[in-house]
Amino acid sequence: MKLSIEEVEHIAKLARLSLTQEEKEKYSNQLSNILEYMEKLQSVDTQNIEPTSQVTGLTSVMREDEIIESGIEKDLVECAPAHKDGYVAIPKIFENK
Amino acid sequence: MALNELTLLESFEGLRDKKFSSEELTKACFDQIEKHEDKIKAFVTLDKDGALLQAKKVDEKIKNGESLSPLAGIPVSVKDLLCTTGVRTTAASKILENYIPPFDATVVKILKDNDSVIVGKTNLDEFAMGGSTENSAFFTTHNPWDLDRVPGGTSGGSTASIAADESIFSIGTDTGGSIRQPASFCGVTGLKVSYGRVSRYGVVADASSLDTIGPIGKSVEDVALILKYIAGRDPKDSTTPPIDVDDYLSEIKKDINGLKIGLPKEYFIEGMDEGVRTSILEALKKFEELGAEILDISLPMTDFALASYYVIQPAEVSSNLAKYDGIKYGLSKRDGDLLNIYLQSRAEGFGQEAKRRIMIGTYALSAGYYDAYYKKAMKVRTLVKKDFDDAFEKVDVILTPVAPTTAYKIGEKISDPLKMYLEDVFTVPASLAGICGLSIPAGMANGLPVGMQILGKRFDEKTILRAGHQFQQITDWHKQKPQLK
Repeated sequence: MKLSIEEVEHIAKLARLSLTQEEKEKYSNQLSNILEYMEKLQSVDTQNIEPTSQVTGLTSVMREDEIIESGIEKDLVECAPAHKDGYVAIPKIFENK
Repeated sequence: MALNELTLLESFEGLRDKKFSSEELTKACFDQIEKHEDKIKAFVTLDKDGALLQAKKVDEKIKNGESLSPLAGIPVSVKDLLCTTGVRTTAASKILENYIPPFDATVVKILKDNDSVIVGKTNLDEFAMGGSTENSAFFTTHNPWDLDRVPGGTSGGSTASIAADESIFSIGTDTGGSIRQPASFCGVTGLKVSYGRVSRYGVVADASSLDTIGPIGKSVEDVALILKYIAGRDPKDSTTPPIDVDDYLSEIKKDINGLKIGLPKEYFIEGMDEGVRTSILEALKKFEELGAEILDISLPMTDFALASYYVIQPAEVSSNLAKYDGIKYGLSKRDGDLLNIYLQSRAEGFGQEAKRRIMIGTYALSAGYYDAYYKKAMKVRTLVKKDFDDAFEKVDVILTPVAPTTAYKIGEKISDPLKMYLEDVFTVPASLAGICGLSIPAGMANGLPVGMQILGKRFDEKTILRAGHQFQQITDWHKQKPQLK
């Protein structure tokens, strides 16, 4: 099944990836190839089979709701490409009218 | 024998008996690195100063008669996927090229608490996706057995550093075969633990339901020792069950008389290297000599496991890689608005394989395709797991090849992603089932190492380690070393 350039553009937009025209064509071919291989899954009878999302069997592992200081808040903020006064800096999202 | 050629246990005994110091041992590793690293390129970051400082601290402790862990003063290389405080951690990606973590992964903390000497961070395929270490954004690592060939991946830097005696042991990760396959290509011992046996805290996430952290070393004995320390429940990783850690070192000394070894017919197929097939069948005879019983079994879902994996892994990784957005850390292209920061940072920061997997995953999870791809793959996963559950009712362990081939040439498969994926056919099913798998040297073919895989039930590492150790007692494939010039 062949993925069209438009479909590749749609996926890239969802994934917040910007692609060159050359990349769009290349990925269109490669992804089509790969997705065609996945088609073999359709031949497996999975009626009444539950999906497995993880194998530990654990559910909702809890801990006490108490604050534990990391001691590295300042270092974590300083990892950010832009930061000011202890806050991560980002560009404006909304315009002030 | 040069000090860097020692095993972990030999190094521990030498330090304990004061035959040499940690500083001498560490310097021997760095001498080896200085001699050969420009050809092998196993490391992204080396920390000679930090390592020697740590080695000297341990020597002080030894001098003062302090009681120390067997891992103390021993040089270790760490895959550049585990966070190390103050030391660059890149995931072999441009998007984290200059990221310096302010915290340690739990496994790194364990190494430090045990006074190990961290030599440096090893190369990998970007974000642990690939099978050859060729997807590293920085450079590829060369197989010490033949510098024109890949070391395997994604823990290729780790396994190469052990094969070349640049460090005494290593910590890698295995999501779909990333310890087992490079261990096979490099002729070293590597362990994929059961999912949840070792904490994933502080390890850059690839696929959260599949990722495992594991030891790589020169022998099963070494690997068993390391596992004892790194395994166990971690409150910081909720997927580590509170299951006891066995005394692996004493368990492996027990014999394997009557051990039932299953041989799945689906793993001995067309398209497998004759040299690989022959080595495995020869190795089987050794197990029979040791008193094990070989039984034929079937794992009918094997052919579908790969397709299932290559839906689930990309889906999970597309979600995990969403955090790299140029805002909190890492590469950030700040032209234009917020959307542009995302688009440009990710376009420039991610390599081809990463982008491919993100897109496959995004597609499989997107509206209209979720049921046909992701949900279907998760149901097939249940059937793959059931295959193993059923098989383990009849046998104790399962023996298979690790890969259909020995190490191939650099550049041979990189332009065909699907061809690369098909190399994972023997390792991926165990990952989906979350069971444990040991990869040990089983023979040589055309001068290249051939590994074999011993699979065990979840949390039954002690049995596969026992089988592997007993095999290494009557063979010496694991003692073979490449000729480095």
